[in-house]
Amino acid sequence: MTTATHNVEHIIKLTAAETAAKIASGELTAVEVTEAHLARIDAVDEKVQAFLHVDREGALAQARAVDAKRENGEKLGPLAGVPLALKDIFTTEGMPTTVGSKILEGWIPPYDATVTRKLKAADVVILGKTNMDEFAMGSSTENSAYGPTGNPWDLTKIPGGSGGGSSAALASYEAPLAIGTDTGGSIRQPAAVTGTVGVKPTYGGVSRYGMVAFSSSLDQGGPCARTVLDAALLHEVIAGHDPLDSTSIDAPVPPVVEAARNGSVAGMRVGVVKQFRGEGYQAGVLQRFDESVELMKELGAEIVELDCPSFDLALSAYYLIAPSECSSNLARFDAMRYGLRVGDDGTKSAEEVTALTREAGFGDEVKRRIILGTYALSSGYYDAYYGSAQKVRTLITQDFEKAFEKVDVIVSPTTPTTAFPIGERADDPMAMYLADLCTIPTNLAGNAAMSLPCGLAPEDGMPVGLQIIAPAMKDDRLYKVGAAVEAAFVEKWGHPLLEEAPSL
Amino acid sequence: MPGITREEVAHLARLARLELKGEELDHFAGQLDDIIGAVARVSEVADQDVPPTSHPLPLTNVMRADEVRPSLTPEQALSGAPAQEQQRFKVPRILGED
Amino acid sequence: MTVTELVSYEDALASYDPVMGLEVHVELGTKTKMFCGCSTELKQDANSQTCPTCLGLPGSLPVVNAIGVESAIKIGLALNCEIAEWCRFARKNYFYPDMPKNFQTSQYDEPIAFNGYLDVQLEDGEIFRVEIERAHMEEDTGKSLHVGGATGRIHGASHSLLDYNRAGIPLIEIVTKPIEGAGTRAPEVAKAYVAELRELIKALGVSEARMEQGQMRCDVNLSLRPHGRAEFGTRSETKNVNSLRSVERAARFEIQRHAAVLNSGGTIVQETRHFHEEDGSTTAGRIKDNAEDYRYFPEPDLVPVAPSREWVEELRRGLPELPRVRRNRLREEWGVSEHDMQSILNAGAIDPIVATIEAGADAASARKWWMGELARNANESGRDLASLPITPEQVARVTVLVKEGSLNDKLARQVIEGVLAGEGGPDDVVEKRGLKVVSDEGALGTAVDEAIAANAGIADKIRSGKVAAAGALVGAVMKATRGQADAARVRELILEKLGVTEG
Ligand SMILES: [Mg+2]
Ligand SMILES: [Zn+2]
Repeated sequence: MTTATHNVEHIIKLTAAETAAKIASGELTAVEVTEAHLARIDAVDEKVQAFLHVDREGALAQARAVDAKRENGEKLGPLAGVPLALKDIFTTEGMPTTVGSKILEGWIPPYDATVTRKLKAADVVILGKTNMDEFAMGSSTENSAYGPTGNPWDLTKIPGGSGGGSSAALASYEAPLAIGTDTGGSIRQPAAVTGTVGVKPTYGGVSRYGMVAFSSSLDQGGPCARTVLDAALLHEVIAGHDPLDSTSIDAPVPPVVEAARNGSVAGMRVGVVKQFRGEGYQAGVLQRFDESVELMKELGAEIVELDCPSFDLALSAYYLIAPSECSSNLARFDAMRYGLRVGDDGTKSAEEVTALTREAGFGDEVKRRIILGTYALSSGYYDAYYGSAQKVRTLITQDFEKAFEKVDVIVSPTTPTTAFPIGERADDPMAMYLADLCTIPTNLAGNAAMSLPCGLAPEDGMPVGLQIIAPAMKDDRLYKVGAAVEAAFVEKWGHPLLEEAPSL
Repeated sequence: MPGITREEVAHLARLARLELKGEELDHFAGQLDDIIGAVARVSEVADQDVPPTSHPLPLTNVMRADEVRPSLTPEQALSGAPAQEQQRFKVPRILGED
Repeated sequence: MTVTELVSYEDALASYDPVMGLEVHVELGTKTKMFCGCSTELKQDANSQTCPTCLGLPGSLPVVNAIGVESAIKIGLALNCEIAEWCRFARKNYFYPDMPKNFQTSQYDEPIAFNGYLDVQLEDGEIFRVEIERAHMEEDTGKSLHVGGATGRIHGASHSLLDYNRAGIPLIEIVTKPIEGAGTRAPEVAKAYVAELRELIKALGVSEARMEQGQMRCDVNLSLRPHGRAEFGTRSETKNVNSLRSVERAARFEIQRHAAVLNSGGTIVQETRHFHEEDGSTTAGRIKDNAEDYRYFPEPDLVPVAPSREWVEELRRGLPELPRVRRNRLREEWGVSEHDMQSILNAGAIDPIVATIEAGADAASARKWWMGELARNANESGRDLASLPITPEQVARVTVLVKEGSLNDKLARQVIEGVLAGEGGPDDVVEKRGLKVVSDEGALGTAVDEAIAANAGIADKIRSGKVAAAGALVGAVMKATRGQADAARVRELILEKLGVTEG
């Protein structure tokens, strides 16, 4: 067997499910697959900048182990030998973990995150760590201390954020699978703007142990892929109860793979929330969204109009809760035990060194949120800000509960606009925050949501994402609906959307 | 809600141990003022009688048995230390008491 | 800082009424830390008992130790508290290098136990009720070693070395309501409260509560108000007062200091103060101004604790006999006065005495040794009775040897001295030092004969009926046998040999 160029081209375009099947059948070896993806990374990542760290040796060693298992006749898991791009927010023993921040440059954790451990146990091949907005704070990956990532559809545009490295790796065929984390939309929004699939599982569905915390009550790791089925296969690998995470759900993982294999919306009640449109929404985005709703109707869904008034306060509540929690979570970066230390010249005190290090090690967005959170939690403001934000959270949850009495899933655009040019919103935090308008309510309520491609906006030819939202613990509904919509679109377009992306 | 002043930002930066430079204080003060102005809307619900949500899922009583699990080795624990001495994390002199 | 001339204690209390608040931190004796599985064993190699969680590594998460919660509930119940049906942990945010996350996982406005009381018995037998505000769960910090300054003090140090083995060890913080109405006895109440609390904690089996090892640490908050005034004065917070005696001294000192400041027209600054063992004084620490803002909020990484009523009742049923009740029972069993029992308690001798009795000693002897020889030794060496290098079993063995006549009191004291000196158990010391009572009748008879021969005059007196003179001969024999004879038997032999009968 040869790994000729055309073979590389062929291998990298396979879905994760196909790749795993070919490895299991012996048609491809895991080493071939890994080498093909490493070659692709070599070829394009200089332009895309999706990876902060490529673990060539580790990936090949894992691939060889998979091949050896197969040769020994051992049963392989459903994603054995499939390469994956891991967001640089999960700790990896022996491999750098920076969270996109200077303050952790060169930090090599002494332990694996639960997600990392599960991926390894499932024989998934971790290619390396992907770029992200510093500490997952951002919607464009421009806040990475290591420079921005390009959107493979148009390298001058943002790949979404915070998980822009993961979405770009998928869209540029550097990896068929990726892991993201979603605090306010950081899986779904990058998926939407890169024409890929991303799922924020129910809060507590995927362990947060070893996932560097931004906002503990909102953060959730999840699968990123190019197809709904691939996302489901990855979901099943990383989800499940973890005794090391107190907020982890101690219940069976919803049957996501089964749902993805049996896509259907016939007879389902699909909600459309009136608060998810209006000012700030790009025309092409609304057009593709409306077409998606029409499509679901054609597929047999019943469309129900919903009113969720408290969603109007979601963004405000989010920008109080997330910064508050982050101001506390990021206090540990103090130059004492790990990470950057600045100004330790033998005369300065620990207090001064901590302050100097945090000043030098954190980027603007991180500092902004730390200060905002410190403010919202401080005595005198707590009730008005943090306390009220938590009440809003209750109201949003109640709106969802009422909605889900009437519908099985809710749909919306994932993000109000398509990918914007790198630099456009860089110093306009409020404009940047609007990118998460539709994704945030789900984080606040803790339920599950997916983004999948629903076409290109006519005005700029950039991908538009359709968001599907399900009740907590009903993650399988996302896949059932998502698979049906995906199949219908692929049939309509004649090919997956990503094939329309320019070659790099 | 009143706006946020440069002095307040300086105070918050001290609480958060951030050695902000002068121009940064001005820059942030302006931006934070905008952001707070926008998000202050949440206080519309301050007088509503709804319970605050601190945790998205209603879990309670998640506890572990009092059983020893392996610790890191001291080498692992200290592996990321900017400085160490006598198998301890070496830090600059500490000014205040806790 | 200006040095204020203290006001005499009596004068201070003639003008002012003290109000105290006591905050006690107890390190639980769980096998593992509060939020991770690291061992809590003391005195291990630096940083050998740490993990991502207690080091605060990025990505790590806490999980609550069930025994930590159970211990908190037991303490709450024993303090007659209500137990929360639902409560949360909160983050207390402040930077300090010995605190890995730069927040302490604690409880804020939702403590697990609240609204209780502890009755303490004062020296004169009177019961004083101390109201309990709350008992909550939290975690300890790491330990700093300050290098380059004078004797490990923070001031003047060039740098510090941090060991996080202690970081994350479970603490229960027990806070009293303002203690009013103790008057001149405030320091005594403070001491009695801490002593009673320590007994209670030990009886519950949730901690050994050794103050000298920092397992129990006390902060004494104190304010004065003029007699008749309802509002409290400004308080000072004397931190880390770590022995019963110090608690009493710190309260006393602060009463005198506050009075001096107030008398001179000054105002008390709300500040923390450091207590100094050497002279019982306190000095100013950190001023508690409004810059301090802990920004408490509910810990999002931990879910609420909602102890079921069944669990709480089960724990209530399992509570041991409470120390004061037990003490009264033992007092009757041992037949001692209230006052003696108080002394036994103050000396920390109850448990050693009980254990010694259980090991085979009679109550009177057990009490005699622990409150006599051993208490003296502990006092002289500045140690706790419990930390003396002698076990209740060894003390019991000594009392048995005395009872069977192998030792007399004088020899027994030497045996105990030997054990304390590390010469082995009582039998080893007897053996090595050759301390058996000389009961060999032949050897004793010879010694008596020699004494009679050497003291013919005295012997004659005795023969003539002056039996009282026998004492001198007994002394001579005891001297000759280096004290190892049974004095009563020697006397018998002398009288026998001289043909005299007593009475
Ligand atoms: Mg405390
Ligand atoms: Zn630990």
